[in-house]
Amino acid sequence: MVLTVDGLRMRYGDREVLHDVTFEARPGEVLALLGPNGAGKSTTIEILEGFRLRSAGRVEVLGVDPAAGDERWRSRIGIVLQSWRDHGNWRVGELLHHLGSYYTPYQRAWPTGELLDAVGLTPYAGQKIKTLSGGQRRRLDVAIGIVGRPDVLFLDEPTTGFDPEARSEFHELVRGLAAEQGTTILLTTHDLDEASKLAHRILVLAAGRIIAAGSTAQLTELIAGEDEVRWSVDGQAFRKSTADSTAFVRELFATYGDAVSELEVRRVSLEDTYLALVREQA
Amino acid sequence: MRTGWQRGLIELRQSFTNGPELFSHFLWPVLMLAALFFLRHRDFGSTGFLLGALALPSILGMNAAMGMVSMSQQLTADREDGTLLRAKAVPNGMVSYLIGKVVSVAGGLLVDLAILLIPGLFLVEGLALGSAHWSTLIWVLLLGLVATLPIGAILGSVFTTARSQGLIQLPMLALIAVSGIFYPITALPGWLEGIGQLTPVYWMGLGMRSALLPDEAVVVEVGESWRHLETAAVLGLWAIAGLLLAPVVLRRMARRESGSKVAERRERALQRVA
Repeated sequence: MVLTVDGLRMRYGDREVLHDVTFEARPGEVLALLGPNGAGKSTTIEILEGFRLRSAGRVEVLGVDPAAGDERWRSRIGIVLQSWRDHGNWRVGELLHHLGSYYTPYQRAWPTGELLDAVGLTPYAGQKIKTLSGGQRRRLDVAIGIVGRPDVLFLDEPTTGFDPEARSEFHELVRGLAAEQGTTILLTTHDLDEASKLAHRILVLAAGRIIAAGSTAQLTELIAGEDEVRWSVDGQAFRKSTADSTAFVRELFATYGDAVSELEVRRVSLEDTYLALVREQA
Repeated sequence: MRTGWQRGLIELRQSFTNGPELFSHFLWPVLMLAALFFLRHRDFGSTGFLLGALALPSILGMNAAMGMVSMSQQLTADREDGTLLRAKAVPNGMVSYLIGKVVSVAGGLLVDLAILLIPGLFLVEGLALGSAHWSTLIWVLLLGLVATLPIGAILGSVFTTARSQGLIQLPMLALIAVSGIFYPITALPGWLEGIGQLTPVYWMGLGMRSALLPDEAVVVEVGESWRHLETAAVLGLWAIAGLLLAPVVLRRMARRESGSKVAERRERALQRVA
């Protein structure tokens, strides 16, 4: 296992933000931690990054407790930070080359040229970082996160503030990383669509607990709610929630025949059930 | 080690290749030179020494001590914008970051001193260049940097926002006022003279004067002595205190950095703008 989290708890003062979080990640797996704001996603990922000390529970990243991780361990971890205006006077290629040199005692860093190519920043290599657009900066953030060819990559809310095009480019980049480099990836997001596009497995975190886990298909099955059927008979409107809408409609026609009109079957989407679940917890 | 050195050199080059920073490199030296220009013919009391000649080395000493302030400001700024967090995310990043900071601040300072000293030498009469003690200048400068930069790093880790950094400036100005930079410390009331002599600023000014002024000028000083031994002792004490305390404070600060901390500060900073 690349990530092992067992019974993780986190408490700030008397406020408990994580209760008994448990999950694992296999090599090369892409895991999404999905949940609303304040669910504890950032806290979880920062504990795994070694940036925060947990209150209780067992946590291992690459077989090492992040609280005791040394520099060699650190060299195998990639962290994609949300940049804002740091290193504004550095040039894109210069910063990547410089940060890459921190990894040379441990392993071969990604050559700057290839890396710029991979994230589509080659035309901007000589540009100062403060002149980049938001989307370009985020691609640079990813490049910085992977410059040391990490075995594990952490991304906290990676696409906040992206326009749809930048978002889809970013998704492609992350999928490529997992597929071609075999990198294990843990990302947090509050966007279900993003989680289901990127992740092999989704962990739904709400109010400090994992309330569901699985692939998109498994989650749909696991937490699928009931479909809603609406119809009218003789001008009177009816509605009914049912798990098996097909059988219900067959029954409906068998009973009323042509009298049934304005029939509408609404499938419950994963989004609906996710929202319902989260609301239940809050 | 090597990465830290490289980092420092890159930052140093950057600070001399962009407009706003280049401006700030020249602003102080030029203001000081202007002040010296008006002081150059004025005598100090009845001693027969020119005030300009007394002031130039003092100002050099003060500027060198101000490395403390730029160190502190840069640390706070780097923490606010996430530079420090990036350093934390790469192997050996924190150590390299600090080495880089010391290289770039100290390097920038040396260049600033040269910007001040070289035109100053032409402007001011009464310096003893022929018999100047360059070795004294170098050891005072180096020991002074070792004494002040760690203190700057400590201040930078204690004050968390750019705004609270502004607050440091006031006591700093007060210290300069009592440190005998613009007017010999012997002209101050006794208790202020005492406070002034606790600061590294005074001793760096004294050291610079001892290096650049003719030997006769010593009569202006406390006890009519250059007091090299005391200079070394006071600066040495500051250096030891700083070097002992700085790693502890810096480590504590570094441990607390995380993505959500930076995000929080970003929110606050953006609200200030809006």
